[in-house]
Amino acid sequence: METTRNELNKNLAQMLKGGVIMDVTTPEQARIAEDAGACAVMALERIPADIRAAGGVSRMSDPAMIRGIQEAVSIPVMAKVRIGHIAEARILQAIEIDYIDESEVLSPADDVYHIDKTQFDVPFVCGAKNLGEALRRIQEGASMIRTKGEPGTGDVIQAVRHMRTMNRQIRELVSLRDDEVYEAAKQLAVPYELAKYVHDNGRLPVVNFAAGGVATPADAALMMELGAEGVFVGSGIFKSGDPAKRAAAIVQATANWQDADLLARLSADLGEAMVGINEEEIDIIMAQRGE
Amino acid sequence: MVVDVAYISKERSDDLGHTPGSVTGILAVQGAFAEHAAMLDQLGAPWRLLRAAEDFDESIGRVILPGGESTTQGKLLRSTGLFEPIAAHIAAGKPVFGTCAGMILLARRLENDANVYFGVLDATVRRNAYGRQLGSFAAEETVRTFDAQGEPSGEIADFPLVFIRGPFVAKVGPNARVMASTRGNAVALQQGNIIATAFHPEITDDPRIHEYFLSL
Repeated sequence: METTRNELNKNLAQMLKGGVIMDVTTPEQARIAEDAGACAVMALERIPADIRAAGGVSRMSDPAMIRGIQEAVSIPVMAKVRIGHIAEARILQAIEIDYIDESEVLSPADDVYHIDKTQFDVPFVCGAKNLGEALRRIQEGASMIRTKGEPGTGDVIQAVRHMRTMNRQIRELVSLRDDEVYEAAKQLAVPYELAKYVHDNGRLPVVNFAAGGVATPADAALMMELGAEGVFVGSGIFKSGDPAKRAAAIVQATANWQDADLLARLSADLGEAMVGINEEEIDIIMAQRGE
Repeated sequence: MVVDVAYISKERSDDLGHTPGSVTGILAVQGAFAEHAAMLDQLGAPWRLLRAAEDFDESIGRVILPGGESTTQGKLLRSTGLFEPIAAHIAAGKPVFGTCAGMILLARRLENDANVYFGVLDATVRRNAYGRQLGSFAAEETVRTFDAQGEPSGEIADFPLVFIRGPFVAKVGPNARVMASTRGNAVALQQGNIIATAFHPEITDDPRIHEYFLSL
């Protein structure tokens, strides 16, 4: 069996399933996340809520800061590059990052083209708000997909919308006759082979996580209920009153999302959740970046 | 190869049978547990996911500890209460199979981590022994099997070994036998009814190690 780099990279995403990937900005936060049971951390200088508040151009984090986090923990470390920023991605590959997130949370570097991720050995995760976007990113070499949601808001509505949209479109594609898949591929603006894969298998050819607005154990359980294979939590943890406790509660809620008695216990006495902003109060819709 | 969509929500095999001890319990707190379930279905062996302590009943005769993050799984083993029944299962000499993170959970000592979980496999294991994801690789080797006395009992030729940020065995104790080595390091061990691999048979299409585990 010939195992390609892309296969090995999809396999790493499989190992992350059922887990929680947490945004961290310092080695201390990374250790809190690891101790709470995070299956990976996302190293970044500012969490999305602060990026939103600060405004301005948001870029790849300082490699020295990322290295500090790589040294602090034994779990996989991910980091973000701007959409289309080939050079930032090469820098993260050079410091042996475990996963690159080509992310709409940062200011896009290219408003037309995404990175050709097939040219890299390190894996990429990309955001998507519907099936077409997900399959285009996979065609470009992404080995893991996450919903875009709306980062830094603490509002789960857009992650829910994106997950429901993607899974509804998958079910629609499955229901088609074989000879209708050609036209469906054209409508989705994706290669026929990927549309056919989804039609035949009823799922994306890579692991699919939820991201963007998850702030509570109940939010994480909701996303698992809707078919997420794991959860990213960005601002929700370190913008809250008791990060260590909330982080551990979200990890347990993701693992045992069907157990309502447990969820009730986990949701109790967590301290203050991040304040958050509602969808209609946001100035910048990050999810619209990169389609 | 991602797992079939049915396994995103499947909690047990279609037919669990009625004989106590006939079911393989798959630890399902985090990681690639669904891939093991798909492999057991392919072999027609009954299984159920172990998500909480109540899932571990008298039907469970074997346990699989899947790949994933060992630190995450270690925490959840404690908080779910699954640690105790699984530890008792192993102490009773019943079959257990750990892959990657599962090997770490079984090891007596970890070279670069102060944690010890079940601590039953007579070996010292090095976590993330091949470095970060860029060090992940695939190989092919012969896997040897051993009987209850620790004597060689068979061979599984040309088995695909897939390592994902995997460990290797830094030191093998006198009670363990080396099932497979690659690049000069032991990467699979057997100690009676305990099997541990640093690689992931569950994400290949080769069921022979699972088949051997079911024969124990």
